[in-house]
Amino acid sequence: MIKLTIALFVYSILLSMNLQSQDLLKGVEDSVPATQKVTGAFKSTRVINAHSIEMLHKGDLDFRIMHRFGFISSGIKQFYGLDVASMRISFDYGLSDNTTIGIGRSTFRKELDLFIKQRILQQSTGARSIPFSLVLAAGGLVWTEESFAPVKPGFGDRSSYYIQLVAGRKFSSAFSMQLSPIFVHSGSPVNTGDDQTIFAMGGGARLKVSRRMALTFDYHHPFGNLSGSTDPLSVGVDIETGGHVFQLQFSNATGMNERAYITQTTGDFFKGDIRFGFNLSRIFKTGKHKTW
Amino acid sequence: MKYSFFVILFTLLIFAAFGQPKYFTKTGKISFYSKSSMENIEAVNTKVVSVWDVASGQIEFAVLLKGFEFEKALMQEHFNENYVESDKYPKAVFKGIIENSKTIQLSGDNVSTVKVNGTLTLHGVTNPVSTNAVITVKSGVVAASCNFSITLADYKISIPSLVAEKINKKISIAVVIPEYQSMTTK
Repeated sequence: MIKLTIALFVYSILLSMNLQSQDLLKGVEDSVPATQKVTGAFKSTRVINAHSIEMLHKGDLDFRIMHRFGFISSGIKQFYGLDVASMRISFDYGLSDNTTIGIGRSTFRKELDLFIKQRILQQSTGARSIPFSLVLAAGGLVWTEESFAPVKPGFGDRSSYYIQLVAGRKFSSAFSMQLSPIFVHSGSPVNTGDDQTIFAMGGGARLKVSRRMALTFDYHHPFGNLSGSTDPLSVGVDIETGGHVFQLQFSNATGMNERAYITQTTGDFFKGDIRFGFNLSRIFKTGKHKTW
Repeated sequence: MKYSFFVILFTLLIFAAFGQPKYFTKTGKISFYSKSSMENIEAVNTKVVSVWDVASGQIEFAVLLKGFEFEKALMQEHFNENYVESDKYPKAVFKGIIENSKTIQLSGDNVSTVKVNGTLTLHGVTNPVSTNAVITVKSGVVAASCNFSITLADYKISIPSLVAEKINKKISIAVVIPEYQSMTTK
């Protein structure tokens, strides 16, 4: 009896101490954090040349100007490559948070490209956690440069297609990495005897060095018969200023669309065949995102 | 049978000691505004957790920064990535005391203005905050609201010069608790 009384007394004191504990919020806040999407694995929808796991938000219009100069190794005669410039202008649009479409035109071979990019999975934490993001991109291209071949190439000869799967993960707030296998099919390859369908394995990474600056890396290795071509390799810096992202890079690839950089990159990065280049991305907001 | 008598007695003692209730909510709303000549920025979070201990006057708020929704998704991304760094500092917490909390009338329809003093922790920095709040009791529903403003520099949230014209250095914050529910002792 007495034991019980003491036990209850102690119990009530403990209970009152618990109730008066300093941390009022304890026990009220959810112990299991709600599912949260991991965002900002890359600063832009392109690592450098390749699609990244980032998508445009619904209603965002991304106007991109990409520029590649000539090889720095060409020396003072070509002003270290700055005399030569190749560019691609594109407009990408976010149909929804998970679907982006885009159209671009490159000066190189006067090539037009269209693509659709669909997010399948988005990395998340919390109750329903997903360890990585998965994105599928598919596109068609056609070059429109005048041909001086005796038999003019038809539309099928001038067109090419690609399909790319991008799987990536933001490992920490500073470091993200992705793998991007891609199939490129060309109607008529640049060099006779080259494979029409090329598979390439790609890898990209980002390392944030400050809140608005990051180092980037973008590489693809094509498998198959591509005479005279080398692996496209680019390293760069992303600088973000409000609605703009500036991507400055050194790369051996001239092409800025999938067909061009995968199948038509020449020059050995490690022998100084490097070109300076930049991507400028400006996002315009169309429509209203949310209303409360 | 005697045991049950003691159990009831002690339980009553506990309730007697804490006659004044504690209130909590998980659906409080915090919104903030930055007004400038270039751009108005507004964001809202409707999953604010708060607990108010009437007897001691202690009141606390916690909010996940990632839960703030902006009109422009890009702003939301920049808010989390570049300004409040929500990966590093996921939560903002206010801990304070309501002056004369015990004397607030919680029965019958009533509106009282009270003074709240406390500290706000945001972006890893804690600063004192004091403001007036309004507690409204209407047909049994206890609600609360208050407004105050903070200076971003006090919380080491820096604005790059390029966008300095678009972001007000002072941010107005509005807190609305539509309904405080009374907490049952566990």
